Amino acid sequence: MKTWHMVIDIERCHDCNDCFLADKDEFVENDFPPYSAAQPWHGHRWMNIERGERGQYPIVQTRYLPKPCQHCDAAPCLTEDGAVYKRPDGLVIIDPVKAVGRREIVDSCPYGVIYWNEEKQLAQKCTGCAHLIDAGWTETRCSQVCPTGAIRVVLAEEQEMARLAEAEDLKVYLPELSSRPRVYYKNLYRWTHAFVAGNVAFKDSDECAEGATAVVEHEGQKLGEAVVNNYGDFLIDRLEPGRTYALTVSAPGYRPETREAAVGEDSLTLETVFLEKD
Amino acid sequence: MGQVERLTNCTTGGPVYVDVEDGRIIRMFPIDLADDDKGDWVIDARGRKLTPPRRTTLSPHAQAQRSMIYSPKRIMTPLKRVDFDHRGKRNIHNRGVSGYEPISWEAALDICADEIERCRREVGPGSILTTESSHHLWGNIGYRHSAYNRFLNIMGFAHAGHNPDSWEGWHWGAMPMWGNSHRLGIPEQYDLLEDALKHSEMVVFWSADPETTGGGIYSAFESTIRRFWMKELGLKMVFIDPYFNHTAELFGDKWFAPRLGTDVAFGLAIAHTWLAEGTYDKDYIEKRTTGFDEWKDYVLGKTDNVPKTCEWAEAECGIPAREIRALAREWGAKKTMLASGSLGGWGGACRSATGNEWARTMVALAAMQGYGKPGSNIWGTAQGAPSDESFCFPGYAEGGISGDPEKSASAYRWTYRMFAHGTGSHPTVNTHDSPEGQSVPRLRIPEAMMHEPFEWRGKGFCGSSIESQMQKYQYPAPGYPFIEMYWRYGGSFIGTMQQTNRYARAYREGKVSFVVNQSIWFEGETRFADIVLPACTNFERWDLAEFGNCSGYIPDTFIQCNHRVIVFQKKCIEPLGESRSDYDIFAAVTDRLGVGDIFTDGGRDEYDWCKLYYDATDLPKCISWEDFEKKGYFVVPFPDDHVSTPAMRWFAEGRKRDTPDWGPRPGDTIGMRGLQTSSGKIEFVASAIKRLERDVVDPERPAMGPQFIPSWEGHHTTELYDKYPLQMVSPHPRFSFHTMGDGKGSWLNEVKDHRVLKDDGHYYYVMRLNAKDAEARGVADGDLIRAFNDRGEVILCAQVTERLAPGTVHAYESCADYIPLGKPGESADIAGCINLLTNKRFITPTSTAMSNNSCLIQVEKWEGKAS
Repeated sequence: MKTWHMVIDIERCHDCNDCFLADKDEFVENDFPPYSAAQPWHGHRWMNIERGERGQYPIVQTRYLPKPCQHCDAAPCLTEDGAVYKRPDGLVIIDPVKAVGRREIVDSCPYGVIYWNEEKQLAQKCTGCAHLIDAGWTETRCSQVCPTGAIRVVLAEEQEMARLAEAEDLKVYLPELSSRPRVYYKNLYRWTHAFVAGNVAFKDSDECAEGATAVVEHEGQKLGEAVVNNYGDFLIDRLEPGRTYALTVSAPGYRPETREAAVGEDSLTLETVFLEKD
Repeated sequence: MGQVERLTNCTTGGPVYVDVEDGRIIRMFPIDLADDDKGDWVIDARGRKLTPPRRTTLSPHAQAQRSMIYSPKRIMTPLKRVDFDHRGKRNIHNRGVSGYEPISWEAALDICADEIERCRREVGPGSILTTESSHHLWGNIGYRHSAYNRFLNIMGFAHAGHNPDSWEGWHWGAMPMWGNSHRLGIPEQYDLLEDALKHSEMVVFWSADPETTGGGIYSAFESTIRRFWMKELGLKMVFIDPYFNHTAELFGDKWFAPRLGTDVAFGLAIAHTWLAEGTYDKDYIEKRTTGFDEWKDYVLGKTDNVPKTCEWAEAECGIPAREIRALAREWGAKKTMLASGSLGGWGGACRSATGNEWARTMVALAAMQGYGKPGSNIWGTAQGAPSDESFCFPGYAEGGISGDPEKSASAYRWTYRMFAHGTGSHPTVNTHDSPEGQSVPRLRIPEAMMHEPFEWRGKGFCGSSIESQMQKYQYPAPGYPFIEMYWRYGGSFIGTMQQTNRYARAYREGKVSFVVNQSIWFEGETRFADIVLPACTNFERWDLAEFGNCSGYIPDTFIQCNHRVIVFQKKCIEPLGESRSDYDIFAAVTDRLGVGDIFTDGGRDEYDWCKLYYDATDLPKCISWEDFEKKGYFVVPFPDDHVSTPAMRWFAEGRKRDTPDWGPRPGDTIGMRGLQTSSGKIEFVASAIKRLERDVVDPERPAMGPQFIPSWEGHHTTELYDKYPLQMVSPHPRFSFHTMGDGKGSWLNEVKDHRVLKDDGHYYYVMRLNAKDAEARGVADGDLIRAFNDRGEVILCAQVTERLAPGTVHAYESCADYIPLGKPGESADIAGCINLLTNKRFITPTSTAMSNNSCLIQVEKWEGKAS
């Protein structure tokens, strides 16, 4: 049967928050029994957008991670008594009646996407818009409003989804948790990997070193290469963070320069490197 | 659960389906076009056939609309300040401090009517001032140009004219150089999407962030998909902006952040490179411009011994000379669209001390690259979608039911249709709000309330001619009194104007004896009124309007949208509490004064006006009233025989204008050829400024230009800069629409990049600063900080970022509320009114323009407590 999946493209998200707000619009003060009780006016983030930056001024990127319930197939939050259950279509639902008073459900989620409703004494989270899907919608509120196409709902057979994941190089977030999420991310490297970027100029002419080569090495192994562009900039991405790399820039007729590049989680932008004539 | 009814409405950020259950709005979401909706277009470019998605888009503030409708800050009854007695002690010095008590509509209307009569009889005509906030909830009947103008015209109130706030530098700087007064100095944008997709190789976004500003304005994310197309087709996108903005983060290939106030130096260095390397369109300059040689000598340094080289610019703007040169070379070699502001014009750079010369710089650079030739234009990427401009459905600025010839564009085409013979409807005029009447510039309302006389140039959105901005006015106008009463419609100015402690103080220390505030939410200036009248939202009344169409000074604004979607805005719920629609409030006030039947035109309600309005548009040719009402919207078909007429191609090719633009008007051209300037060309020596100089020489507004004139509040004002070394940029907000959606308990407050909830339960407004500046001040991400200068102090939440160069701080303008910790107008504000800090000075002495982006401040960690 066709089951529910979500695909979120990190590179197409620019933190407009339409998804976060559409979720509030759908669930705040609205009860959808038996799917969900109303979300409180303030405080919950059923679609929680993590924010981050990569690199430092003047070469910088942003990264966002819209994080709804991952609707894991091996979800740690599932309970035997049906307070938290999995539907045949894959969606994980917290029963708004049976789950009353069960604060441990909040703590059970390794992704931190379950919220406590103090007034109702109820654990709550994204339902995957199950009540709308059952009413014939083919999208969730967050995917329907997403203006960049970053969020897609994929109602597909498991094999079909596997093929899509392969074709688009989709990853799950935190696979080490082994909870088998139904939310897939495209271009997750922006969160799992880092870049080294910089600027190169010719000292003699004070011109941008367009066409120069930048190479990143680690323990003698070449891991990336880029051609310096017309503004003197280069950027080499998808490096393991938390390592110190050797970055060498070179151009014909100039002495190569090497810099130590300690690349952290937030990536690294180096100061301008000036190449001198041989 | 009851039956869910699906209705339609439209917002300032897109049309919506509205689901209503048991008299309560439960959801709203973008409209998926139905199979029978026509209006798709196809652009054939570089091997791709590009056609838009069949779904409307929605801005964040619009998606949060339900939280504004049911906001805990809604005003549910008329209110009276507890220590205000219009027949006894008024205690106006307590405004902003004393509390309020609910009163009946009868009592509130009685007081308002008494006071209007007193001012009219005892003080004289023009003694009652009114003004509205810039934007309004959507709908052409209820909009401020419509119902409100009808009311103030009938009442004969004086009006505080709005400066062209979004245009500023384009209006006062570019307009004398190239006209376009019908667009307040910014250029037409017709069919430039197709032109760019087919011919352009690069887009330079200079002070433009269409992903933030509703495309250009009101159009949500309609143009986002089109920028993806450009990216896919290989157009390079370069950004020049003090902030690594939200369009740059999605599409940017290169980002430059010149020091605030030095964009002109950056631009002149580009021009210098082109002159030195011969990479500009000499034939175009020869045929389409005047005064170039004089300006060229200035750029080359022949007249002032300062060649405007890249090295010279580097010292001003901090961008390495070689990178400026690299941009100049790439721009000179590639067909380039200059997105100088997301409407082609606009952009925060135009609202600064250097705004006039910056806008002129944009025109100069575009001209040097053959502005108007294929692929080379000024285009903000928001407008220019293919569209049927011939289908008549007006924007709000065409006056709606006011027919007002002075403060709306009703005279261009609308009055004759709306108030046609046989309809029995009547337009309105206001003899006191005219060039011969009493007026106040919005930026000087505090001084007017303090009864301080002053002079200024340009009344309101003065765009009837290039010269209209040069006309001199005085307050009070000859024969008119000082202002005695103030009918404030909305309450945003402490958040949105400049040096705004003035506004708070004017209520308390000024000489205006009676203040009414008509507002939906209890916030900002509303808490300074004597009587508060509760209005309702556009979801609680009947209306109709088109997605993204304001018209007026932005003719055919709908060319931002992928489809022309005209919406019947249904009354989804009854007005909450005792609130009433603005129209009903105006009807009640005029009725009290015996002229209600003139206001309502013999008893029409809003639904009646909707029908009359529909009849006057082209809608009846395509859809019956019954079907329109039932379906809730109409998509204007896209004609099969559409002929593309790219903006300014006619000018580049020396032809008669062939675009559907509203100007230049016949009387401003010879045979519809050329621009509005005397020469009909782009003037590097502006003839209109030359003529102004017979009356007054404004040294900050030279006839020859663009010139680099250092900011009067920037890195060259060394004494001030030493004291306040951070330059603050305060662009249009990302999530709220100005004050709309901010504060008032809205869900937007929970957006991490908008406000931050601290332990004291208050949502603090965000100020962004570079990590180096933060570290130097011992400020960490999430810390509360005090931003201050001699004009005020604001408590904000620090966001430490690399998206700014060191030395620049960033906070969005338009905080909706104002929460002073002590005396209003004299103490720190914790709501986030960063405009307490900005300078009230006009851009130049003769340019009645705001300059919010020229503001020096200091920041320190704040250890105080809000309560």
